[in-house]
Amino acid sequence: MSLRCLSLALVLCLAPNFVRSTELRVCAEPDNLPFSHQNQSGFENRIATVLAEEMGAKLLYSWQPQRRAFVRKTLGAGVCDAWMGVPADFERVRTTRPYYRSTYIFVFGKRPLRSFDDPDLAALRVGVQLPGNDMAATPPGHALAARGAIEKVIGFTVYGEHPAAQRIVEAVAKGELDAGVVWGPAAGWFAHQAALGVAPAKPPAELAALPFEFAIAIGVRRDAKELRDALDAALARRTGEVVRILDQYAVPRLQ
Amino acid sequence: MWACLSRCDRHVARVLASTALALAQAAHADETDGEWRMPARDYTSTRYSPLADINAANVRQLKEVWSFTTGVQAGHEGAPLFAGGLLYVVTPYPNHVFALDTAGKVRWKYEPKTNPSSQGVACCDVVNRGAFYDGGRLYFNTLDGQTIALDAKSGKELWRTRLGNIEVGETITMAPLVVKGKVLVGNSGGELGVRGWLVALDAKTGKQLWRAYSTGPDKEVLIGAGFKPFYDGERAQDLGVKTWPPEAWKIGGGTVWGWISYDPELNLIYYGTGNPGPWNPEQRPGDNKWTAGLFARDADTGQARWFYQFSPHDLHDYDAINENLLLDLPIGGATRKVLVRPERNGYVYVIDRASGEVLSATPFVHITTSTGVDLKSGRLQYNPKTEPKAGRVVREICPASPGAKDWQPTAWSPRTGLLYIPHQNLCQDTGTYETSYIAGTPYVGATVKMYPGPGGYRGEFSAWDPVAAQKRWSVKENFPVWSGALATAGDVVFYGTMDGVFKALDAKSGEVRWSFHTSSGIIGQPVSFRGADGKQYVAVLSGVGGWAGTVVSGEVDTRDGSAALGFVNAMRDLPKYTVKGGMLHVFALP
Repeated sequence: MSLRCLSLALVLCLAPNFVRSTELRVCAEPDNLPFSHQNQSGFENRIATVLAEEMGAKLLYSWQPQRRAFVRKTLGAGVCDAWMGVPADFERVRTTRPYYRSTYIFVFGKRPLRSFDDPDLAALRVGVQLPGNDMAATPPGHALAARGAIEKVIGFTVYGEHPAAQRIVEAVAKGELDAGVVWGPAAGWFAHQAALGVAPAKPPAELAALPFEFAIAIGVRRDAKELRDALDAALARRTGEVVRILDQYAVPRLQ
Repeated sequence: MWACLSRCDRHVARVLASTALALAQAAHADETDGEWRMPARDYTSTRYSPLADINAANVRQLKEVWSFTTGVQAGHEGAPLFAGGLLYVVTPYPNHVFALDTAGKVRWKYEPKTNPSSQGVACCDVVNRGAFYDGGRLYFNTLDGQTIALDAKSGKELWRTRLGNIEVGETITMAPLVVKGKVLVGNSGGELGVRGWLVALDAKTGKQLWRAYSTGPDKEVLIGAGFKPFYDGERAQDLGVKTWPPEAWKIGGGTVWGWISYDPELNLIYYGTGNPGPWNPEQRPGDNKWTAGLFARDADTGQARWFYQFSPHDLHDYDAINENLLLDLPIGGATRKVLVRPERNGYVYVIDRASGEVLSATPFVHITTSTGVDLKSGRLQYNPKTEPKAGRVVREICPASPGAKDWQPTAWSPRTGLLYIPHQNLCQDTGTYETSYIAGTPYVGATVKMYPGPGGYRGEFSAWDPVAAQKRWSVKENFPVWSGALATAGDVVFYGTMDGVFKALDAKSGEVRWSFHTSSGIIGQPVSFRGADGKQYVAVLSGVGGWAGTVVSGEVDTRDGSAALGFVNAMRDLPKYTVKGGMLHVFALP
């Protein structure tokens, strides 16, 4: 590493927190299944293990909740070198090629809900995730508001015990909600376990520009091109295993 | 010591019984004149020191006599206190407390045990706005949601009470106010689905006496038979539930992270509530009571007396937590007991503090988000053209989300009859969808970019006549004036700039009479006191940061204009002018 690094860019080597090739330091949430968990049972944990093995690197974790300014306080502060599973066009980091693409989904119980055009939409009790930051709703939140579904919509904040998607799916399973419109990878696994119905959520016609689908990649510091390339190479070589892990966790995927 | 304390308490009681004007006139007789026991100095929140040794003529000789490094890098928004011969400083997270003598020697240091993950929850830097000295005790709050009482002489911990839950996004950044043996504390975290509250703790034990929520059923908001709001819009049962979609009030915001004032004659406390959240406006139709407004409550029971909503159904993140100056002013031929509030939405409000009637609301900055305040209904008249909508580009939203002014407190001089308002001159555009991401969930946020308002400058220090409802003079500043203001009986006013200049102005003319350069920018609250040696001192904390200064204290990437909720776009050049790091500066005449 050191020789190659010297020839590449001395300044990077001298930077205090530059990644050493023998370690892959990943920041992950300690309690955010199915993505990650402190006991390494999340699918992003499993994928990180595969990639670290491919890169011949020792996998180390820094367990950090993704809160406000987490990029600055984790990657930016040199606490770790990579965040698994960020949107591929997330500007605050440099990203690998996407390793899957997913969408927001409807999760429902006895009464199917498959579209924002459903005539009973406003009468149904629907749960959505509330990201909180930036005065912003999730895309389904915007879609529900545009269709006048306000009175019975319930927001689940991303702060609290257990992930919001888990709480929404549990509420649907118990009959406390008729449906949820939730980010697919977050909800798929819980919905699968609870044997609930799922359907991809398409934006209503008047909000066609509102993205419901996102490509997901690994985020590294903006200056960590070398690490990004190494991760890309590892992802390319271990695609089969990555796909198998995503299948095991019922992550809904688009081509 | 106890004998002295009871004597001092009698003095305090006497001072409290007087109004702001009387306070100033009675000044010289009182030994607490030389002290600064709470961030706003007095319950009426004037930040007016009756000391006059330093005056507009001799202030040019002012010298730094010593400084003290706090060892903390985040933004220092606090006010140093001076009481019983010692200076007290609370730092930003990790919320260390220092007691120093007037020579600058550290007498004790206290380090609370705090949860570091609170740093990731705080929205806008990990600030702390100061402590409160009362009866030989020092009370302060920690970012991770605790209120702590210390023995002021020794620094020994007397009690600590955990109030906030950082797991749900609750933090505490405000300075507590102690009134009649009760410590009043409110929470922060409105963007994160936190439900706002104000709590009263028993100052002796730290035990909770009452909690008044900012949303929800009347019973939990402490609204009862004694609630007599001035306007019809506030008069119905359970508006804290009915002005929201079902359940939304449970996570509705209205946090209480700003200033509290107290009128001993009316026995009322006054404080504002933060913005509604975490929904975007179209998903929370209704007035969203009791957010973005002002509560008057009984100081003993916490029961609400009246409420006024500055920004019903807030669209722009206009938290209404600003300072409330309790003044007795000649208005309409009579002396009226008023509350003066330079508000985030851009108006200086003069409100009858007994009834809650708005007497006037006058713009003090360039405003495009509203066209005025209807005095009959009390309602802010929104401009539909600047309403943010998902996917729509809206330009020239003025004032920007931090408002015409944010938390940074105004001073009042009874000698000049002027308010000294530190504030911003910022507008913003909200753009189309930009990918954002939290806790495994991608979504789209509106891009927000702030920039200087008309005139091209970003900050201003304005002298405002609240009786004539007119600006008398102002100093334009390159950066937002994010520090507090101090007025003195020597007819000098002080404030600091984010690029690190501490200034003294002639209170009458606004002419700059003295300035001092600090290595880090100033967002703290200047104070003045009389030391054990009989000299008048002025003190201020430097240490840039806060929401406006995160670009320096948090080393945010300046290429990302939408960082710090869009503030970075307006502050890209700040790192060229200043560095981070907290320091207490103490000044005196030679």
